[in-house]
Amino acid sequence: MEQLIQKLKEEIIEALNLSEMKPADIDEKAPLFVDGLGLDSIDALELTVLLEKKYGLKINTAEEGKKILHSVNSMAEFITANKKS
Amino acid sequence: MKAYIQSIGAISPQNTFTGEGFLQEVMAYHHADYLKCIEPAYIDFMDPMASRRMSRIVKMGVCAALKCLRDAGIDNPGAIVTGTGLGCIADTEKFLGSLYANEEKLLNPTPFIQSTHNTVAAAIALMLKCKNYNNTFVHRGFSFEDALLDGLMLLQEHSASNVLVGGLDELTDHSYTITSRLGLWKKQSLDNLRLLDYKDDGSLPGEGVAFFLLSESKSEKSLAKINAVSTFYKPDSHAEAERKIQDFVSTHLGDIANVDFVITGMNGDRVADEVYHHLGRTLFSRLPCGYYKHLCGEYDTSSSFALYLASMILKTQQVPVVLKCDDKPVGKMKNILIYNHLRSVNHGIFLVSTC
Amino acid sequence: MSERVFVTGTGIVSAIGFDCEETASALKLSASGIGRITHLNTVYKEEIPVAEVKATDKELMEMAGIQQAGFFSRTTLLGIIAARQALLQADIKDIKAYKTGMVSATTVGGMDRSERFFKKFIIDNSRGRLRDIITHDCGDSTERIADTLGIKDYLATISTACSSSANAILLGSRLIKNGILDRVIVGGTDALTLFTLNGFNSLMILDKNGCKPFDEERNGLTLGEGAGFLVIESERSVRKDHKEVLCEITGYGNACDAFHQTASSPEGEGAYLSMKKALDVAGLEPGRIDYINAHGTGTKNNDLSEGIAIERLFDKNVPLCSSTKSFTGHTLGAAGAIEAVLCVMAIRNRWIYPNLFFRQKMTELAFSPVTDFQYNKPVRHVMSNSFGFGGNNTSLIFSGS
Repeated sequence: MEQLIQKLKEEIIEALNLSEMKPADIDEKAPLFVDGLGLDSIDALELTVLLEKKYGLKINTAEEGKKILHSVNSMAEFITANKKS
Repeated sequence: MKAYIQSIGAISPQNTFTGEGFLQEVMAYHHADYLKCIEPAYIDFMDPMASRRMSRIVKMGVCAALKCLRDAGIDNPGAIVTGTGLGCIADTEKFLGSLYANEEKLLNPTPFIQSTHNTVAAAIALMLKCKNYNNTFVHRGFSFEDALLDGLMLLQEHSASNVLVGGLDELTDHSYTITSRLGLWKKQSLDNLRLLDYKDDGSLPGEGVAFFLLSESKSEKSLAKINAVSTFYKPDSHAEAERKIQDFVSTHLGDIANVDFVITGMNGDRVADEVYHHLGRTLFSRLPCGYYKHLCGEYDTSSSFALYLASMILKTQQVPVVLKCDDKPVGKMKNILIYNHLRSVNHGIFLVSTC
Repeated sequence: MSERVFVTGTGIVSAIGFDCEETASALKLSASGIGRITHLNTVYKEEIPVAEVKATDKELMEMAGIQQAGFFSRTTLLGIIAARQALLQADIKDIKAYKTGMVSATTVGGMDRSERFFKKFIIDNSRGRLRDIITHDCGDSTERIADTLGIKDYLATISTACSSSANAILLGSRLIKNGILDRVIVGGTDALTLFTLNGFNSLMILDKNGCKPFDEERNGLTLGEGAGFLVIESERSVRKDHKEVLCEITGYGNACDAFHQTASSPEGEGAYLSMKKALDVAGLEPGRIDYINAHGTGTKNNDLSEGIAIERLFDKNVPLCSSTKSFTGHTLGAAGAIEAVLCVMAIRNRWIYPNLFFRQKMTELAFSPVTDFQYNKPVRHVMSNSFGFGGNNTSLIFSGS
């Protein structure tokens, strides 16, 4: 899990071009959107693409997306729970 | 219709953004295939979080606009109008590339969103929370001219007391390759300051961004006054181009002898420059003439760079030698005429005067 | 600024018809142009419905009267067809008789041909036919349309995403009011391309079942293609030539939502401001508007934001309102102009158009759109909304006599 969280943070920084940030700057428990990291709806789309591209996992509805993309932790939990291998 | 230029934010292959003075140190590029902008430190203008999705042209555009507003002391302009021939092509290329590479599956939305032609005008409005008039013109060599005319109309209509008008275009690797294949550029690398010495076909590609804060009233900050802008399309002959310019000058200034300096769009291409040579023998024969594309290269909205030069000449009362293409003496600068055309199709004329 | 601006000609081509007459019959029959993709070569053929113009490029070339093959993008061909109709209706025989300009709008320009070029070019930069890329930029389409019609005095192309052609109409009107031109051919054109289909698909806002504007269960927009053009003239040229006037452009307003790059603000600030500005320019109270042709894309975000803005402005007296994108799809840069032509037809014929596929009122809104074609309605002042990315919002008001 630790490893996955670290990897996810790196992938998020790359995908969203958060060039001035290091993985340690992202709190895995904090919300990614609005109050937390300050991401928006376009970032949500980018993260959706990231999950499908790198982990083969699809987000089906907006409501589901909100829960899964809440924080790095929630993303990691979703990946762990649904990974095929 | 007229307006006062209160401030300028220009990013170009010259030190127009951060450099001290006006063309004090001219950038010479040797063995150049193209001229690219000297980019500022963006972090001085926006935090990385705000610019995380911005391509180079968007960053340059927003930065130039913010500096222009800062210098004018304006927080919220009455309108934002931009002109761009090709818009945000880097992102257009990126999205098209990934579309084919990924066979239309799982595409990142960011380059698509950012590829829209009005991205820069929108990004400026978003940063300033400016809810006023916002428009973007995208017509080749008319893009900046049409944007400027819109700005002047807004002032005349009293829809705004000040407007932010900008011209912007970027050169990318792909656009350079494609336009090279189209034969627009000289075959060999060249020294930009000797652009007119190479007698073969083609010009030197470039890029740039220039924003102007225009206001209806004069202030102590005012750099120059725009008296008029006009365009004409595909003239049948050099004589027709001459007639159009003559009419423009008669309407807005009277006698052509009142023009103190002409900035032409000479770009080193044999065919494109013919009309300037014709004018040099006729309408402009007694006027000192200059050119500018050796400093910024050729691009759709390069006339915005020429307007920057004209404003600075009028403000400083100095004509940098590097701009001159004849040895006629220059005196007091009151009225400057800019005449430029893009591929003999889109012709633009500006009349700029002291305040 | 005392000049008035009159509409004397209109032209339209979209998924529901190749001219005003065909368009009117489709509207009366509630026959939507949305269906399966047939021309666009995409992997989404079976998945995403669109509102295609029912003709191949070759057929469009014939309609446009273009013989020289290979230099006209689909966008340009659509534009020529619609602009020609507008000139014909305006009965313009000598284009040079007055100072005449053209303001056209497009978002993709010649992208259909650029795609062909790029597919080869990205594999090998020395490949791709150059004639396919020279039509890429937006100005190319405007120049080819203008050249075909002989327009020379002033040319502009506007690209502000989905409000592009509404801004073209706004600019043309101001060029007349400022005495710069006597006549302007204004409008917009956009063809369906892989670029836009995939772009909107990457934003996950394409409804796989077709758009349902203002419906509680709406789930996205449906892309369309087409062109709309109007001939607008000054009072002087209309009087001198004893022209039949179709209607007048009395109001226009452009405002920026300045909220988010793609999303509209929850309180519809930009939409409210553009509608308010248009009313102010027209000198009309909100109560005088008889019909609103809404932007109404069918996305969750737009329809909510626009609906709230409409209710803020009109309060409990929201005029009859519908989104004709349920017929034509969202034609992007052409949408404002296509809908402007529909507004002119509504005024001329006293029609109100239905908003197809509407079933259930949105919980957040008090009003519902019109769902049937209505005849003999008093339609004097019509408002048309067009909102684009970057919060670029434009409203126009057309008025009958």
